[in-house]
Amino acid sequence: MAALIDKLEHAPARLICGRHDNRPDALLEILHEAQAAEGWLSDDALRTIADALNISRAEIHGVVSFYHDYKREAPAKLAIKLCRAEACQAVGSEALAAYVEKKWNAPSGGKSADGEIQLEAVYCLGNCALGPSGMIDGELFGRVTPERLDALIEQRIEKMERE
Amino acid sequence: MAGGSIRVYVPCDAAALSVGADDVAASIRREADRRKIDVEIIRNGSRGMLWLEPLVEVETGNGRLAYGPVAEGDVASLFDGDFLSGGDHALAHGVTEEIAYFAMQERVTFARCGVIDPLSLADFEAHGGLVGLRKALVMAPTEIVGVVTASGLRGRGGAGFPTGIKWNTALEQPGGEKYICCNADEGDSGTFADRMLMEGDPFSLLEGMAIAARAVGASTGYVYLRSEYPHAIKTMRRAVDVWRKAGLLGENIEGSDTSFDIHIRVGAGAYICGEESAMLESLEGKRGEAKVKPPIPAISGLFGKPTIVNNVLTLATTPFILAKGAAHYKNFGVGRSRGTQPFQLAGDIARGGLVEKAFGVTLRELVEDFGGGARSGKPIRAVQAGGPLGAYIPTRDFDVAMDYEALAKAGAMLGHGGVVVFNDTVDMARQARFAMEFCEIESCGKCTPCRIGSVRGKETIDKIIASENRAENLEVLDDLCDLMTEASLCAMGGLTPMPVQSAVKHFPEDFGG
Ligand SMILES: Cc1cc2nc3c(=O)[nH]c(=O)nc-3n(C[C@H](O)[C@H](O)[C@H](O)COP(=O)(O)O)c2cc1C
Ligand code: SF4
Ligand code: FES
Repeated sequence: MAALIDKLEHAPARLICGRHDNRPDALLEILHEAQAAEGWLSDDALRTIADALNISRAEIHGVVSFYHDYKREAPAKLAIKLCRAEACQAVGSEALAAYVEKKWNAPSGGKSADGEIQLEAVYCLGNCALGPSGMIDGELFGRVTPERLDALIEQRIEKMERE
Repeated sequence: MAGGSIRVYVPCDAAALSVGADDVAASIRREADRRKIDVEIIRNGSRGMLWLEPLVEVETGNGRLAYGPVAEGDVASLFDGDFLSGGDHALAHGVTEEIAYFAMQERVTFARCGVIDPLSLADFEAHGGLVGLRKALVMAPTEIVGVVTASGLRGRGGAGFPTGIKWNTALEQPGGEKYICCNADEGDSGTFADRMLMEGDPFSLLEGMAIAARAVGASTGYVYLRSEYPHAIKTMRRAVDVWRKAGLLGENIEGSDTSFDIHIRVGAGAYICGEESAMLESLEGKRGEAKVKPPIPAISGLFGKPTIVNNVLTLATTPFILAKGAAHYKNFGVGRSRGTQPFQLAGDIARGGLVEKAFGVTLRELVEDFGGGARSGKPIRAVQAGGPLGAYIPTRDFDVAMDYEALAKAGAMLGHGGVVVFNDTVDMARQARFAMEFCEIESCGKCTPCRIGSVRGKETIDKIIASENRAENLEVLDDLCDLMTEASLCAMGGLTPMPVQSAVKHFPEDFGG
C-alpha cells in the first residue's frame, strides 16, 4: 500500500495547499503555483490538491479544463504567446503568426516537431497601441516584426543551449 | 539643481517595457556614471502617449521635458546634446504637459499616472492622494453614497450602471460580511487603461476600494486581476504591502471604525471571468460560469454576501469625487454621461495611447485630432468601439459623440472605452467571423444560444465568404444573431451579434451584398 500512496502523493502540491490553509476558494492560486513549479499540472498534483482541499477530482478537472492557462502536459522549452485579438489583427498579427508557424514549424496551439517551440494564441495583452504584441516568459514585446521575433527566439534558444 | 542630482523619468509601464524601456534606463545609468553626472532615475508609470514610448523625461526648472521614442542607441547622443539641461535633440518634444495630445485632455482618473513614482506613498500624497479617503473616513456611509450618486459616476467596466445606486443597494443590506471586488480582468481587445492605472498609480485603486468599503460596510476586498498582466500583478501586490505597512489596511484605518483588508487574486485566462457573476464564481475557486440574475451581487454576491463589483477605473475615480465634490466631477460631460472617460486608441493608429476626455468628444476628434490617422498611412475604413462585443463603425459615422446615449442611438456601445482602428485592407466578413469564433472560444458553455450559436454563426459566415447561397445564409445569420441577442443568459452571447450585424449592415460589399 505504501508504494501506491507514495505515487498519489505530490509533496510540492501538498505544501502549496498548506500555504493556502487548504482553502477551496484559493484553488486558482494553488493551481497557478503548482503549475509555476513544474510548467504543467500532473495527475498526481491534481489528485493531491483534490485530497488536500477535500473536493472531488471531477470538480478539480472541471476547473482545470475551464481555464486556458492551465496545462495538462509538459510545455515546450520555449513558449511564445502571440496576441490574436482585434487591435493586433489591425496591424498584422495574423500574418506574423503565419510567419512564425512556417519559419519555426510550430502550429498555433501546438509544438514544433522537435518539441522545442510552442506557439500559443492569446487574446489581448493590454498593449493594443503598440501591436502586434507577444509575450515570452512573462516578458512583453510590442511592435513585433518577423525579424524581431526571430531574433528573440534565437537569443533564447542560444541561452537555453548554453545552460 | 545646485549640488543635487538630476531627476530622469523612464517608465516601468508594461507598454514602455515592451519597446525597450528597461534597456534605455540601464543605458542612461551607464552613460551618466561614465560621464560622472549625478542622475537619479525614477521609474514612473506611462503618460499614455504610447507612440512616444519609451518616453524619457528630465526634470528642469522649466518643468519636465520629454524625449521619445528613445532607443538604447539614442542615449549617448542625448547626453552629447545635453538633454539633462533641456538641450535640443531630434527626439525632443518640449514640456511634456504642453504636448498637444496631453494638453487637450482632462486628466482626472489619470491625473497622477506617469507623474509619480507608482509605489511612493509620499509622491502619492504630495499629488493629492488620500484626501478623498480621509474625508470619507469622517463621513457617514449614507453621505459617501450620496456624494457618489450625485456625481453621476457610472460603471466604467462596460455596462455603465450608476455606481451610487449599486453602492446604496449594498449599504442597505443588513450588516455582517460584505465584499468589495474590483474587476481588473480587462479582457477587451483595444483596452489597457486598467493596466496603465494599476502600474502607474496603484494606490488610487486601493484608496477607491477603501472608500467603497467604508460606504457599504465591507471588511474584505479582492482585486481580480487577469494573468495576462504580470507587471500589473507585481505592482499591485507591492502596493498592497506598502499600504498595509503604512496602516492604511487592517483594523481601524487611520483611527476610524473602518477595518478593511485587500487581497490580489489572479485570473487564469478566461474572457468570461470579466462578467461579474462569472468573476465571483472564479473568486470562489470555481469554473467561471455566468449566473442568472437576480439576485444581483449587491444583494447576494461573493459567498452569498452583499458584494460590490466595480471596474478599476470606477473605483479609482471615487477618491477624486470625494476630494473635489460631486458637483466638480459632474461638471464634466454631457446629458446622462457625466465626468471623464479614459479612451484608449489602438490598432492601426499613428498616435496610439490613452486619452482622458469629458464625455461628448467625438470619435472623429479621437481618431483624427488625437490619433493622427492610421499608423500605416493607409485610409481608415472602420473603428471597433467598446471591445470584442462592440460595433464596427464606418468612417462616415465618425461624428458620433462618445457618450453612452449617443453611441447606443448609433447602434454601438462605449464598453470600456476602447477604440480600435482598421485601415482599408480590413475584410469585414473576416472580422465578423472572428467575433463568432471569439465567442466560441470564450463562451462559458452554460447556455445553448451562445455555445452552439457561435459555432453555427462561424460556419454560416464561412459559407458566405465562400459565396455559398449568400442571400439565404445572410438571412440565417441574421436570425441566429437575433436569437443569440434575445436568448443568451449573459452579454457574452447577447452582444456577440453587435460586431457581426454592424459589419454586415455597414459593409455589405464585404459579404457579397
Ligand atoms: C463577457 C463580459 C466581459 C466583461 N468583462 C469585463 C472586464 O474585463 N472588466 C470589467 O470591469 N467589466 C467587465 N464586464 C462588465 C461586468 O460584468 C460588470 O458590469 C462590471 O464589472 C461592473 O463594474 P462597473 O459598474 O464599475 O462597470 C464584462 C461583462 C461581460 C458580459
Ligand atoms: S451567454 Fe455564453 S458566456 Fe453567457 S452564460 Fe450563456 S454560454 Fe455562458
Ligand atoms: S489586442 Fe493585442 S495586445 Fe490588445
